[in-house]
Amino acid sequence: MDTTDQTAGGRSFGKGLGLRKSLMTLAASVMLATSAQAATPATAEVNTTGLAVTDDTVTVGILHSITGTMALSEIGSVQAEKLAIDQINASGGVLGRQIEYVQEDGASDWPTFAEKSRKLLRQDNVAAIFGAWTSASRKAILPVIEQYNGMLYYPTFYEGLEQSPNVVYTGQEATQQILAGIDWAVENKGAKTFYLLGSDYIWPRTSNKIARKHIDKLGLKVVGEEYYPLGHTQFNSVINKIKLRKPDVIFASVVGGSNVAFYKQMKAAGVDFTDEKPLLLTISVTEDEIRGIGGENVEGIYASMKYFQSLDNPNNKEFVAAFKEAYGDDMVIGDVTQAAYLGPWLWKAAVEKAGSFDIDKIREEFAGIEFTKAPEGYVRIHENHHLWSKTRIGKAQTDGQYKVVYETEELMEPDPFPEGYQ
Amino acid sequence: MFDGYTSSELMSIFAMQGFAGLSLFSVFVLMAMGLAIIFGQMGVINMAHGEFMILGAYTTYLTSGFFQSYLPGLFGGYFLIAMLLAFLVCAALGALIEWLMIRHLYHRPLDTLLATWGLSLIMQQAYRSIFGAREVGVELPDWMMGAFQVTDLVELPINGLFVMIIALSIAVGVYLLMYRSGYGKKVRAVVQNRPMAEAVGINSAGIDRATFALGCGIAGIAGAAFTMIGSTGPSSGQAYIVDTFLVVVFGGAQSLIGTIVSAFGISQAQSTMEFFLSGSMAKVLTLLVVVGILMLRPEGLMALKVRR
Repeated sequence: MDTTDQTAGGRSFGKGLGLRKSLMTLAASVMLATSAQAATPATAEVNTTGLAVTDDTVTVGILHSITGTMALSEIGSVQAEKLAIDQINASGGVLGRQIEYVQEDGASDWPTFAEKSRKLLRQDNVAAIFGAWTSASRKAILPVIEQYNGMLYYPTFYEGLEQSPNVVYTGQEATQQILAGIDWAVENKGAKTFYLLGSDYIWPRTSNKIARKHIDKLGLKVVGEEYYPLGHTQFNSVINKIKLRKPDVIFASVVGGSNVAFYKQMKAAGVDFTDEKPLLLTISVTEDEIRGIGGENVEGIYASMKYFQSLDNPNNKEFVAAFKEAYGDDMVIGDVTQAAYLGPWLWKAAVEKAGSFDIDKIREEFAGIEFTKAPEGYVRIHENHHLWSKTRIGKAQTDGQYKVVYETEELMEPDPFPEGYQ
Repeated sequence: MFDGYTSSELMSIFAMQGFAGLSLFSVFVLMAMGLAIIFGQMGVINMAHGEFMILGAYTTYLTSGFFQSYLPGLFGGYFLIAMLLAFLVCAALGALIEWLMIRHLYHRPLDTLLATWGLSLIMQQAYRSIFGAREVGVELPDWMMGAFQVTDLVELPINGLFVMIIALSIAVGVYLLMYRSGYGKKVRAVVQNRPMAEAVGINSAGIDRATFALGCGIAGIAGAAFTMIGSTGPSSGQAYIVDTFLVVVFGGAQSLIGTIVSAFGISQAQSTMEFFLSGSMAKVLTLLVVVGILMLRPEGLMALKVRR
């Protein structure tokens, strides 16, 4: 696999695109030398802390698992980040500098994430890291990135309860995904009883805690709450329990291979989700997961996300077209992939607003930075480093796509430490 | 927890829960049969067992794709051919691996653990490079989806029944092969006393290779069957390996009957507890009971008396 030379060789830039990119860089710098010298600020001014910035390039890091269990989920993020970087370069780069990247492999192993982030910060002096996927890998990077004062752009929807000055969270924290989803089920589907089901680790447990508090506040009832070990493949017992308790809504946060088993067995047990008895609302199945589960097995389930590939707006049409052109027509784009795409663009906006690559100066500027070309429509960075974004409900179709049936009118405020929900 | 339910509702739920336990039992039997042969009869700790299962699953995936493109009319029956192919592919790879690697390690059982674990990593990464890191969806013919409606509330999943039938056939097949055929007699002779078996003219190296290949082939069939109920991805095999070893070790490594008894015990305990407790708790309790029993009976439930 050609990915290995990137990890082993340390500093090889961008696979096949590398040559084209360096030619473009060359061309750009020739042009800059003649005409636009004044537009590009001097390196000494924009980089006072020794980051890998030259007169015409700036180096960033990409740190995801491209081997191991998590590769399944993280490869989409890598693709989106590279696409964003290529597009930024094609439109002139950041502060007149072309972006180059060093890609490292976290190998689905949390200590490796810590080690590789240290390498990116200390040895490659990257100006930003786009990376991590699971909360465990983010927690592994956290002390390193805080110690060396780097900046991580983290794409996954996650459980909240964190706010680091050295991380920008481009996915939703839990309340942004859950509250609007439950409200929607209550208001539009008349849901009264809920069954909470998840894989057994921090994200589903925290999410269900928030969900339960919210359901209690609405005066409605949770009739069951269950967790199964990661990788669990036998859901017959819980399916029987669900049939016995007859909840209006199954609120599901099952992840990974378990997802496939769960939906296939629900279908086999004669549950037809299109009947909406019970209605299934998930916060963990994106278009990416459906590819593994099979569209025919999830037809009729609802998902609460901020992004669906089918979103009907000009930004998204452009994004989907560009993504498919770069990686092939059969690609699907899930919520996290879109959030990963936001990372490089938000970084560019912050750098340009600050007029500097220095981490400390960028940090001052985060609050209020907008990205109007976001595929999800529009996002803005909150002062707590999370994004204001809308929550949307999609209904799964047999072709593996979601049809958007609802979206919040306002942007949802990110609230990583929700009061009354802990 | 049963307040407010009619007795017919309760009866139906218990019936379906019984079925859930039986279907978990057949899954365990399928998983464990191949390993019971390799681990039990040959003493090789095959950590790559799960990856062989996934090879069977990918074979099914490819077969289903082939039928969809070239023989759409016969799609309804592709699954049987896929299982046969899965067996052949896995058995062939198993024989190759035995020749390349395992046969050099028969006298070093702990090294086979490391070597086959390495093999499992290699196989996982190979799947990732060939099929991509994403899980693939294996499409099933329509007749295998859905459920039998027995009464209003009792529905039996067809694929669950199908897995049961496969598990039963394989268990019977393995029994006949091991206890009613010339080959089985030779295998048992080699297991009980290798030098004596060789002395009476049994080609023990050939028996070893065939046995390893057979175990891998059965893993392949299991993998093919599991595309109906689980996921097919590069690391999906990892989900099965712990349960598989648990069943085989608990049953008594050298006894095939023991494997079946232990699969039955563990699956019934687990599915009953899953119904009354939460999923994770049921797993913890099951493991605790197994650990407790193994402390009292280190040889497993059904220890074979072997002269050492």
